[in-house]
Amino acid sequence: MRRILGLLLAVLIVSSLGGFAGYAQAEELPRNETLYVGGGLWSPPTNFNPLNPSPVTGTVGLLYETLFTYDPLKDQLKPWLAEEGKWINDNTYEVKLREDLKWQDGKPLTAEDVKFTFEIARKHKGVFFSNIWSWLKEVKVVDDRTVDFVFSDPHYTEWNYWLYMIPIIPKHIWEKIDNPVDYANNENPVGSGMYKLYKTDQMRCIWVRNDNWWGIKYFGKPAPKYIVYVIVYSNNVALTMLVKGDLDWSNFFIPGVPDVKSKYKIVTWYDKPPYHLSANLALLFLNDNKTPFNNPDFRRAIAYAINPKEIAQRASQNQVLPADPSGLLPLPSHQKIKAEDLIKKYGWSYDPEKANEILDKLGYKDVNGDGFREYPDGKPMRFTIIVPYGWTDWMEMARIISDQLAAVGIRVDPKFPDFGKYWDDITKGTFDMAINNFGSFISITPWTFYNWILDPNVAPTGEPTYGGNWGRYKNPEVAELLTEIARTKTLEEAKPLYRKLQEIWLKEVPYIPLIYNGAWYEASPAHWTNWPSEKNPYAYPITWHNYWQLGGALVLLKIKPVTAGGGATTPAKTTESAKGSTTPSPTSKDKGLCGPAALVALSLVPIVLYRRRR
Amino acid sequence: MSGIRRYLIRKTFVYVLTFFSAVTIDWLIPRLMPGNPISIMMSRFASLPEASKYMYSYFMESFGLDKPLWVQYINFWKAVLHGDLGISTYMYPKPVADIIKDALPYDIAILLPAITLSWIVGNWLGAIAGKNKKLDSFLMPVFYFLTASPYFWFAIVLAYILGAKLDLLPISGAYSYGIMPSLSLEFIVDFLKHWILPFLSLFLVMLGGWAIGMRNMIIYEVEADYVRYLEALGASEKTLMKHAFRNAILPQVTGLALQLGTMVAGALTTEIVFSYPGIGYILMQGILNQDYFLIQGCFLVIVISVLVANFIIDLLYAVIDPRVRFSFTEGE
Repeated sequence: MRRILGLLLAVLIVSSLGGFAGYAQAEELPRNETLYVGGGLWSPPTNFNPLNPSPVTGTVGLLYETLFTYDPLKDQLKPWLAEEGKWINDNTYEVKLREDLKWQDGKPLTAEDVKFTFEIARKHKGVFFSNIWSWLKEVKVVDDRTVDFVFSDPHYTEWNYWLYMIPIIPKHIWEKIDNPVDYANNENPVGSGMYKLYKTDQMRCIWVRNDNWWGIKYFGKPAPKYIVYVIVYSNNVALTMLVKGDLDWSNFFIPGVPDVKSKYKIVTWYDKPPYHLSANLALLFLNDNKTPFNNPDFRRAIAYAINPKEIAQRASQNQVLPADPSGLLPLPSHQKIKAEDLIKKYGWSYDPEKANEILDKLGYKDVNGDGFREYPDGKPMRFTIIVPYGWTDWMEMARIISDQLAAVGIRVDPKFPDFGKYWDDITKGTFDMAINNFGSFISITPWTFYNWILDPNVAPTGEPTYGGNWGRYKNPEVAELLTEIARTKTLEEAKPLYRKLQEIWLKEVPYIPLIYNGAWYEASPAHWTNWPSEKNPYAYPITWHNYWQLGGALVLLKIKPVTAGGGATTPAKTTESAKGSTTPSPTSKDKGLCGPAALVALSLVPIVLYRRRR
Repeated sequence: MSGIRRYLIRKTFVYVLTFFSAVTIDWLIPRLMPGNPISIMMSRFASLPEASKYMYSYFMESFGLDKPLWVQYINFWKAVLHGDLGISTYMYPKPVADIIKDALPYDIAILLPAITLSWIVGNWLGAIAGKNKKLDSFLMPVFYFLTASPYFWFAIVLAYILGAKLDLLPISGAYSYGIMPSLSLEFIVDFLKHWILPFLSLFLVMLGGWAIGMRNMIIYEVEADYVRYLEALGASEKTLMKHAFRNAILPQVTGLALQLGTMVAGALTTEIVFSYPGIGYILMQGILNQDYFLIQGCFLVIVISVLVANFIIDLLYAVIDPRVRFSFTEGE
């Protein structure tokens, strides 16, 4: 009986593992031609649809390309698929495409494809840029390489943003797809970019270089033949991989980096704190609809009580910069409009005395002597600050803020709900205080930042809103300024408007800037060199979704393998390149009994046998 | 034989009822959480507020979440009975069935050997400990230590000692990031190297519990009258143990059935610690992202596999315990 039982179990295991498909061909990616990247992929790669809000990182930038790219270091819009683009009259923008553009399947990329990309967003509201059609009138094909965008209400400033955000898709493929919004596009997708999708599985996404890329004659050839984008769930594992040289390019926030940087020669942007460039702004959101946060003076008191320097140091090991009152990022596009004189005049800095003074004057006093202030009518005053559970650096920030506010007598309890609850609370405006940064990313125009944070079209409290104006700050003047700025043609024209916005921001203190979150970047010199850094600032080195066209792709063009790859071919490499000619058709699956299954079963046998003998 | 049939019919009825209510609860509970999956989907899309608004209403409609709850419930059962588990919002636009299909083999590769081997080895070690006093005093503390360790803690300890300190085994993934799955020896060795730590972390923790249970049962059975009687008749030690073991194993089989559900929790933490692909991590992300469809799908699979395993064990019970058989065939 027992023997039968044992055998039964063994058979069960083997048969269940039989489904664990093996592959016919053995292959290991050559280390000197493979780049291992991580930090922008947090779930098994499934979605390569560039029309979708959150495809796998690389879908835009590696696979599909945009008309322009944007360099946040120099604040420049650079032609990519386009050769040039200009306003030919007040409401027509003309794009001239480069010569000899082609798709990865060899077909030419023409003006028709550009038109098609925009038309698809007109028909399908689920496409992430479909709202453009509320101010775009039509897209006209002039000739094979020329497209005219005719606007009903040209948003000149906003248009610059979309120019480097919208990926161009091939008409000859997508016109056959019924619903382009929920199309996963994960089987041999055809883009125009420098990499093709090679293979995906549960732990990674592998890209292979497109050796027929149209851009080789303009930009050169990217160095890595393969890019393995790995999924790593824990920062500690990422750090281990980085110091071992198993991960070449990391865009993780890794707490230990300052300690191990010199020992393992890890490249970061700056050699000293803050180590990283800035990527976005984390703010303390106050619920401006609730008493007492609806009082600008009360908000100002809180601003005086908070010390961003301490937050940067304690919560992020000085891997970030403390924010100044304007909240404008230390990158040229934001610095160009920053009004230092206004900050001096209306701004604030850490000064608990001043905070106490304002609060006393407003009548918030500690009546019952418990060390915390009460409302003027004597009722106890107590707030919560929320950040999602598990976001450890933010959790620490919330605790520090709670301590800093306690020092001026405001009682704030840090609360760490699950992300779903947190998100529900901030989108519906039912929180007291919260930390958030989602839409404050660097872009070609500070308008995107202001339009997010001061979004005038917020839903009333209780209904979800998806701009960044979580506390529902309302000011008709702001709404007007934002619409005006979107329609300005030049920066000079916009500057006075930005000044007005900053003045309102500094006087009214809708929300309080805390720190400039980093563009986390750590690179290992073990297998690849010529990484960008402060001394060699050729690109913004980030590989998150929507950041490839901000610099990630340029890094691929400039890095060099440590072991000479090109001329000095090792035997391993020749066999690889021979194989490479037949790629990238993923190797066919060979369903069958996999080795591991057999070995597992084998390990069972001694036990079964042993028990039989007894 | 009609007794067995009656037994089976009754069991089947209970299982169908359990299945129906378990799946209903799995459908309902995520919907009672504050927030909704589309809203969270929007959070991953940092863009202009206008664009998000457009997309929100589009996706609410396309996922059918704008309909009243009871309509959603009926649609859910309609879809499930057609084998359609819906589309995930967390891993949009991948169908839930495909996600599970891709992840499940890894769970099976870890869980099935861990559960069966720990049960077999645990019972065996427990039986040895039960009859050997000297070994018992040495083994028991080990068993208690193992069974008292939380899965994730034990996994981290293993990863730290064997992976990081001694650098013997890899601590992340199901195979090296640079290797392509194949039937080559190289890949199999690589796969097994990655498999050992997650397997061990489950195997050892589960082992402790089984061993303790078995050891206690053996000690109890050895004291029973029938063993005393055998002893008085002069039966050999081997015969004594054989009978004691047969009786002691019965509660352990029941225990296995009861434990199956909780073992899923072990898989979850193990997968996170070792970045091992599988349903555990995906399910957790699904819950954090309130991905109704993914949660439903994963629990459906878990419910079905637990029920099937229980059913098999019920059948086995009728085979290995003559008393169960007799109770149904009595009087015929």
